[in-house]
Amino acid sequence: MFPGSNDDRDLAHAFTLLGACVEMVWHKDARLPEGLCGLGVPGGFSYGDYLRAGAMARFSPVMAAAEGFARSGGPVIGICNGFQVLCEMHLLPGALVRNRDLRFVCKDVDVEAADTGLFADGLEPGRKLRLPIKHGEGAYVPDPARPPRVAFRYAGENPNGSVDGIAGVVNEAGNVMGLMPHPEHAVDAALGGTEGAVVLRTFLAACQRFRSGHGQDA
Amino acid sequence: MSDPVVDRALAHEHGLSDEEWERILDILGRAPTYPELGVFSVMWSEHCSYKSSKTLLQTLPTEAPWVVEGPGENAGAVDVGDGLAAVFKIESHNHPSYVEPHAGAATGVGGILRDIFTMGARPLASLNSLRFGPLDDPHQRFLVRGVVAGIADYGNCFGCATVGGEVTFHPRYRANILVNAMNVGIAQIDGIFRAKATGLGNPVIYVGSRTGRDGIHGASLLASSEFDEHTEEMRPTVQVGDPFTEKLLLEACLEAFQTGAIVGIQDMGAAGLTCSSFEMAAAAGTGIEMHLDRVPQREEGLTPYELLLSESQERMLLVAEKGREAELARIFDKWDVDFAVVGEVTNDGCMTVYWKGEPVVAIPIDPVSKNSPVYERPRHAPADLAERQKLDLTELDPPADLSAVLLDMLASPNLCSRRWVYEQYDQLVQSATVIRPGGDAAVVRIPGTRRALALSTDCNPRYCSLDPYLGAMHAVAEAARNVAVTGARPLAVTNCLNFGSPERPESMWEFAESVRGMADACRLLETPVVSGNVSFYNETSGEGAILPTPTIGMLGLVDDLDHVLRAEFQGPGDAIVLLGETFDEIGGSEYLSVHYGLERGSPPRLDLPAERQLHTLLRTAAGESLLRSAHDLSDGGLATAVAECAIVSGTGCDLGPIPAGRRPDLWLFSESATRALVTCAEADLEALLALASRLGVPAERAGRTGGDRIRIGDAIDVALGEAEAAWADTLPESMDA
Repeated sequence: MFPGSNDDRDLAHAFTLLGACVEMVWHKDARLPEGLCGLGVPGGFSYGDYLRAGAMARFSPVMAAAEGFARSGGPVIGICNGFQVLCEMHLLPGALVRNRDLRFVCKDVDVEAADTGLFADGLEPGRKLRLPIKHGEGAYVPDPARPPRVAFRYAGENPNGSVDGIAGVVNEAGNVMGLMPHPEHAVDAALGGTEGAVVLRTFLAACQRFRSGHGQDA
Repeated sequence: MSDPVVDRALAHEHGLSDEEWERILDILGRAPTYPELGVFSVMWSEHCSYKSSKTLLQTLPTEAPWVVEGPGENAGAVDVGDGLAAVFKIESHNHPSYVEPHAGAATGVGGILRDIFTMGARPLASLNSLRFGPLDDPHQRFLVRGVVAGIADYGNCFGCATVGGEVTFHPRYRANILVNAMNVGIAQIDGIFRAKATGLGNPVIYVGSRTGRDGIHGASLLASSEFDEHTEEMRPTVQVGDPFTEKLLLEACLEAFQTGAIVGIQDMGAAGLTCSSFEMAAAAGTGIEMHLDRVPQREEGLTPYELLLSESQERMLLVAEKGREAELARIFDKWDVDFAVVGEVTNDGCMTVYWKGEPVVAIPIDPVSKNSPVYERPRHAPADLAERQKLDLTELDPPADLSAVLLDMLASPNLCSRRWVYEQYDQLVQSATVIRPGGDAAVVRIPGTRRALALSTDCNPRYCSLDPYLGAMHAVAEAARNVAVTGARPLAVTNCLNFGSPERPESMWEFAESVRGMADACRLLETPVVSGNVSFYNETSGEGAILPTPTIGMLGLVDDLDHVLRAEFQGPGDAIVLLGETFDEIGGSEYLSVHYGLERGSPPRLDLPAERQLHTLLRTAAGESLLRSAHDLSDGGLATAVAECAIVSGTGCDLGPIPAGRRPDLWLFSESATRALVTCAEADLEALLALASRLGVPAERAGRTGGDRIRIGDAIDVALGEAEAAWADTLPESMDA
């Protein structure tokens, strides 16, 4: 978590709810926990996002270790501000800019899964999910030199003017995913939806595979 | 730069009266220094001293077995079970938001958040009550955009969900908009912190943002006088907020609370360092010695006067156990928050402030704070009141096409969908929001429990203008009904009393009558007032005063999340039941205003014991799972409420004929109080009606849900899509124009 992360506890809560063992990593730490099998970069407003969303967080001490983990094939999911951070770090291609109408938007939207890389268990292409979005800088702009593997597209209304309705992408290797919708806010029927669990479960499944692949027993 | 000569004339410039100047000379036995004059002027400002309102506010009921903390602290607190307290308060930021809408509204949110976490609570949900002039005025649209974006930027970045509130429009707010921000947080009951400077020799510590020149005299001059042609020049008195720093301050404070080393803490809000230190010492009966040159400063050259009066945001003053400074400093350092020991607690009952070793302020504390001036202002009813209360229904021709009237009502700025506003707010962060904005009350889960809080803000200023006593009672009753329809028990109230100048007898009368009505209603509904604020001087020379607006923030408790009710229909085939009695009451109503262009008559009658019974019925029926949905009937009456339930759910409805002998338009749009529109499964209808009869609440089957039209007898027949378009398009079309 970074100073200004807001959805950190929400994400930790959602992972715990789905049976994962969660440890919070402080941005000033230089190392990641031993035996880490997956990394979530939460939403919020890291460093206040005064310069540009995610622009400062990439320089946090812990992010060098995070980059190493991602490059070694470790599963990484960045949600909202986390997605912005991963793009700023170039772990994901493209960039996120101000919404089309220049206003923050918070509402439920429908998204459709496409190529979700390593995160495809129970998330076959074409699967539709209803997830909340809440962001002011969520319009995805691809980098022509590095076309994205599109993980999710908005189905129906494009709420922020993203190019091609892109709501989430994975990196070339398929182990790093970023998405603007908040699956961690859709894991509890009492709070309005459970379809976010599909996304988090497939992420946790990839984490489990990564752990067995590395023979670690954390 | 040397200080100016302090004399009577300078005191006047500081908003102090002759009498107050004499009193200062008397307290000190000498003329004040320039920084001392500044201290007196802010401490005795209307905003900080409540000098015109204090005696009346003391008549409000403030006690109940579940009240943990009543008025007087940064916020009130009530027991919500499991050893937890809900800590809540509403506060105005009206004047700054008019002068600089984005920064003004943002710092309003920042201020109320600090009030909550100063108490040791993590802020859980925000609401806000906003009043503007008519939307056809481009300047009002500018203000709406700025205020909404300011609230969104601060709350979203800080990470506290904005879950509800109200937005209304009336010409009387054109020159004085209202921005009332409410927040509720959760604390351990035994972990509540108070603003007390106890313990001789304990360090007084400054944490948070550095002090700059912003907001000097924000509370004392900007908020304690009416607007005139110089208002534009007041912009530098508006503070500038930084939600990111506030977020760090929150996390650092919550972590520091866990050490047990903190004795007392106070937010530096209005009148900054001055007010916070005086309040902490006054509450403890101690004194404070402070060294201003140790205060973290944003720029060089700040004078003692400026340091004492600055309203720079995101700052706290705390008193800690002596010897534990280093332990606390480490926590604030971890969060990159400034930390400075600036003084210590004394026992001489005095505030002594030093600047580079020289004393610049030496003032006895009690005469300035506890025993500040109190005024009994003259008051009398407005001369035109009796005339305005007259309304002869026989002079109003009934409209021919009631379907068209319903569409007009749904499209009116005060009844239409507020989605354009609340979509800009993060409604979800912290994963607690059960009912998002748009219903009667917001519902948020208390983290880690099956319980939930129901939250609402309410006031009908038109009613209050026509009868402030009855109007204020309605505000309490409707806010309570708003939470009751979710299945909650109304527990307690926070209030934000927005009025014109207390120096004008009509305004003071409206205030006194409102407080009287509020006290009576809160007493009968057993919802004590635990916190609040008063905002006077909401008037502008040449434009007059706002409508009297005693906003109520109501907190209710739902014992089991599974029993939370939503306003909208829950599908086709359910029975629609009307609870309560409908009279021909359209005095001060939305219908009278929208269709006839009139604002007159008397507000609807209010039977508070009957109101209580209705709340009991709703809560009991929800607990027994007899209900599928419940919606409060208020602004716009039955027809509007039915349409809202249908539009939001996407399920139409068919209601029975208008009772024989009743004038259809009055039946459909009457705003009679103590009513709700509920639905239940047909199989539960008998049980529901029996329960209502047992509790003495009038209840009648009114129709059935289903289809894609809204039908009421042969009076109204509108396609759902047409109603939705009318309701949904008004704000986006106005705002994006």
